[in-house]
Amino acid sequence: MSLWEYANPKRFMAISGWVLPPVALLAVGVTAVGVGWGFFFTPEDYRQGSSVKIMYLHVPAAMMAINAWVMMLIASLIWLVRRHHVSALAARAAAPAGLIFTLVAIVTGALWGQPIWGTWWAWDPRLTSFLILLLFYFGYVALWEAIENPDTAADLTAVLCLVGSVFALLSRYAVNFWAQGLHQPASLSVAPGERMAMVFKLPLYVSMLGFGFMFLALVLAGTRTEIRARRLRVLLERERMG
Amino acid sequence: MIALLRRDLRLALRSGGGFGLALGFFFILCVLVPLGVGPDGPTLGRIAPGVLWVGALLACLLSLDRIFALDAEDGTLDLLATSPLPLEGVVIVKAAAHWLTTGLPLVALAPVLGLMLNLPMAAQPWLAASLIAGTPALSVIGAFGAALTVGVRRGGLLLSLLVLPLYVPSLVFGAEAVRRAASGLDPLTPLLLVAGITLGSLAILPFAAAAALRINLR
Repeated sequence: MSLWEYANPKRFMAISGWVLPPVALLAVGVTAVGVGWGFFFTPEDYRQGSSVKIMYLHVPAAMMAINAWVMMLIASLIWLVRRHHVSALAARAAAPAGLIFTLVAIVTGALWGQPIWGTWWAWDPRLTSFLILLLFYFGYVALWEAIENPDTAADLTAVLCLVGSVFALLSRYAVNFWAQGLHQPASLSVAPGERMAMVFKLPLYVSMLGFGFMFLALVLAGTRTEIRARRLRVLLERERMG
Repeated sequence: MIALLRRDLRLALRSGGGFGLALGFFFILCVLVPLGVGPDGPTLGRIAPGVLWVGALLACLLSLDRIFALDAEDGTLDLLATSPLPLEGVVIVKAAAHWLTTGLPLVALAPVLGLMLNLPMAAQPWLAASLIAGTPALSVIGAFGAALTVGVRRGGLLLSLLVLPLYVPSLVFGAEAVRRAASGLDPLTPLLLVAGITLGSLAILPFAAAAALRINLR
């Protein structure tokens, strides 16, 4: 029994069909608990007031935006090395989700920045690198859409994803070099130092978990759609031939 | 390789080959910016490094789709793929030809435009150095983008969308080097980083571009 057996589309469809509903329920449930807890049952920050609560959307979205790209990178590598179609389709399904997470992170950040920093947007390294990440997502999705042959598209986007990852990392350090930051450093870290209080942290963790489930559900659903679309296309081809 | 380089250069220098396109665009951009921003000397001097670098980048972008598209249309690319020259070598030659016909003339023109934009004298050598160090990366990244989109009809917009984010590190460090020189700081660190990105791109991207070409020719 190896991990690769799940890469068989038929097997994947069977298992994901069984897994998807509970994961989707978990995504809705855990996110609702996390965000609801954060919004209504945590004290207000003594300096930021209630605007701090947007953190329960902003931080998980930003985290998943990056994780989605990492997942696409891994899936692209698997596709290039082992030629499992499910892997390429999962990378394709993850891209729009990652794009939306990036957008959510940017928009919630702007909404929070307006009252706290006094500006919607600043050319801060973190903000700028997210904008660049958004461009990478747009390019990736556009390349998938532009190429008709599915295997060619999968190969080319995988190559783009690999090269893009290198340059995305480079850009991240380039913009750090280029400007001083306005954004606070990471609030969650394993390093010792000033931390958030547990009251704020717990709902944030729950919310992150919920966003993780949300991403998983979106990827599973998207991959299933892609597999079905591909079967449908084959059937149509056969009908035309026969 | 040399024959291919000479062929590409000859094609590019022929009228309609797009040789003057990048230069003309760069020149016109640098004339239009003062007209839009106003003739105030210090302001122009402050934005000059960024404007010159963005101008060079956009001028480079203009002629990218020529790298492979024309050859793919008339079948030259298939011949090149079956020739004894490895496809990686083809990519390097194509990128070199692109750089010789766009990047190098831009470097030559940049000091004049720097004068027009009131760039401080101390920054002039650094502008030339950063462009020499940075524009080869623009060409080879562009060759990678062109290889990805060679199968797409009218892929110009897609090509820009793919290539522009990849240009970010070169742009940031290149403009930063000139800006530091203009304000009297030490520009060596960003200059070395620009050169590093160029060398890294030269080492890795021909393989990625050749892989993309092979996929597209399949």
